[in-house]
Amino acid sequence: MSAEPILELKDVHSGYGSIKALKGISLKAYPGEILAIIGANGAGKSTTLMTICGIVHPDQGEIFYKGKKINKIPAQKLPPMGLCQVPEGRRIFPRLTVEENLILGAFYRNDRAGIDKDMEHVYSLFPILKERSRQQGGTLSGGEQQMLALARALMTKPEVLLLDEPSLGLAPIIVQSIFDIIADINKNSDTTIILVEQNANLALQTAQRGYVLETGRITLEDDAESLLNNADIRKAYLGE
Amino acid sequence: MDYFIQQLVNGLTLGGLYALIALGYTMVYGVIFLINFAHGEFFTAGGYIGVIALSYCIAHGYTQTHPFLCLAGAFSLAMIYSAYLAVGVEKIAYLPLRGSRLAVLLSALGMSIFLQNGMMLTQGVMDKAYPGELFEGGFSFGMVTISYLQIMIITMTVLLLFGLNRLVYKTKIGMAMRATAQDKTMSALVAIGSNNIISLTFAIGAGLAAAAGVMVGLYYGSVHYDMGFNLGMKAFCAAVLGGIGNITGAMLGGLIIGLVEVFGAGYISGQYKDVFAFIILIGVLYYRPTGIMGENIDETRV
Repeated sequence: MSAEPILELKDVHSGYGSIKALKGISLKAYPGEILAIIGANGAGKSTTLMTICGIVHPDQGEIFYKGKKINKIPAQKLPPMGLCQVPEGRRIFPRLTVEENLILGAFYRNDRAGIDKDMEHVYSLFPILKERSRQQGGTLSGGEQQMLALARALMTKPEVLLLDEPSLGLAPIIVQSIFDIIADINKNSDTTIILVEQNANLALQTAQRGYVLETGRITLEDDAESLLNNADIRKAYLGE
Repeated sequence: MDYFIQQLVNGLTLGGLYALIALGYTMVYGVIFLINFAHGEFFTAGGYIGVIALSYCIAHGYTQTHPFLCLAGAFSLAMIYSAYLAVGVEKIAYLPLRGSRLAVLLSALGMSIFLQNGMMLTQGVMDKAYPGELFEGGFSFGMVTISYLQIMIITMTVLLLFGLNRLVYKTKIGMAMRATAQDKTMSALVAIGSNNIISLTFAIGAGLAAAAGVMVGLYYGSVHYDMGFNLGMKAFCAAVLGGIGNITGAMLGGLIIGLVEVFGAGYISGQYKDVFAFIILIGVLYYRPTGIMGENIDETRV
């Protein structure tokens, strides 16, 4: 792995009110890699991503992005720095059209030509979105909404893209094509991807490295391949 | 028939004014689920700034030389003043309490009383008369009279409503406003600062109310420190009638309330003028609890 991590969490404690979801998380993501975070329901996966993105601020510990401490930076300042999340449940704006959703992905940008070019690019990645561009986001199917959420995130020009449960509630055939696109995004634009999944098998097959999260703590860190072959992991997360 | 048309024109004039005020209620509700009780006071404040500006113009004789400039100046000053007032109120009295919806609601009630008393102390308890000489005369068709003032009010209202519609539905900032209303967390994740958008919403709503304040002052000939209560209440009815949170609904609701009130007063009894708006409201809500254009008002709106 290249030397400097692009994103690093050091002993981060975080949570909602009196509920402490994270009890000292430390992890590193290196430029250009796909990193998987796997764990059961309620392990703190989503909270980890929300804490990185500034929606929840850590009570303790430090978060570094490109060597800069970002603990206290408000959430809306992070996408312009290249940090973007596709949250769990996709959260597209249901009463905005597909096109409006995409334009808002580029909300902070003012480079008209660049935005138009990226719009063309995401439409070529997801042709179905072009067909549905005038339709309200809420009328799309689950798979189309996931594509829209990914496309909207790409419009922010992310350097680090956080994906929360991209497979949630989708048909297996659609899940496969979404994961192919995720791998493509990583390869073609050198975007670092942090992938949070309950579907550990799929996540570890796509990622190069992985962390295992249990009740707010990292219990294991290894290459994706080793994790896939780890007997405990297979038993706990891969249903064997 | 002449009488009907006359009432129709009067009703549209009044309805447009209600619509302008109702928009502030509905837009603020749309983004932070707050019934902003202080909104009526932004309307009154606009009315006072208008009368102060126009009186100044008349005292210096500018209305003779530049009548349009005076009017434009009065409208702009009133709208800008109320917009800043609303943003200030939001920052001081609502933002720190936003964790609890009930606390903000009570704070809004308090601000309403505070602002109303502030205007009473600074402007006095007597009516302040608007200069009437700016709009004298009108067109007559048989028995129907449409005053120049009514034409100005209807034109101005249409322009403002049209402008607002363009802003909300055609611009990027309007998209961001709608996005913030739908999902604040997700908005933050695409770099939209929800506090800025909320401030902007308050400013726009108060600006529209202030314009209505100047026009109400011109139409009725005076302003009074507590006129925001009565008109605000009816505009709030209009917003609920149209479906609170819905911009088109507020415009529609305002027109309906205005027409019902004028026709009710004209054909049934002027004494019950204020009652008709509420009767219609109850009637509509009985069959459509979310209002005419109402959306499903669930908590998350995801």
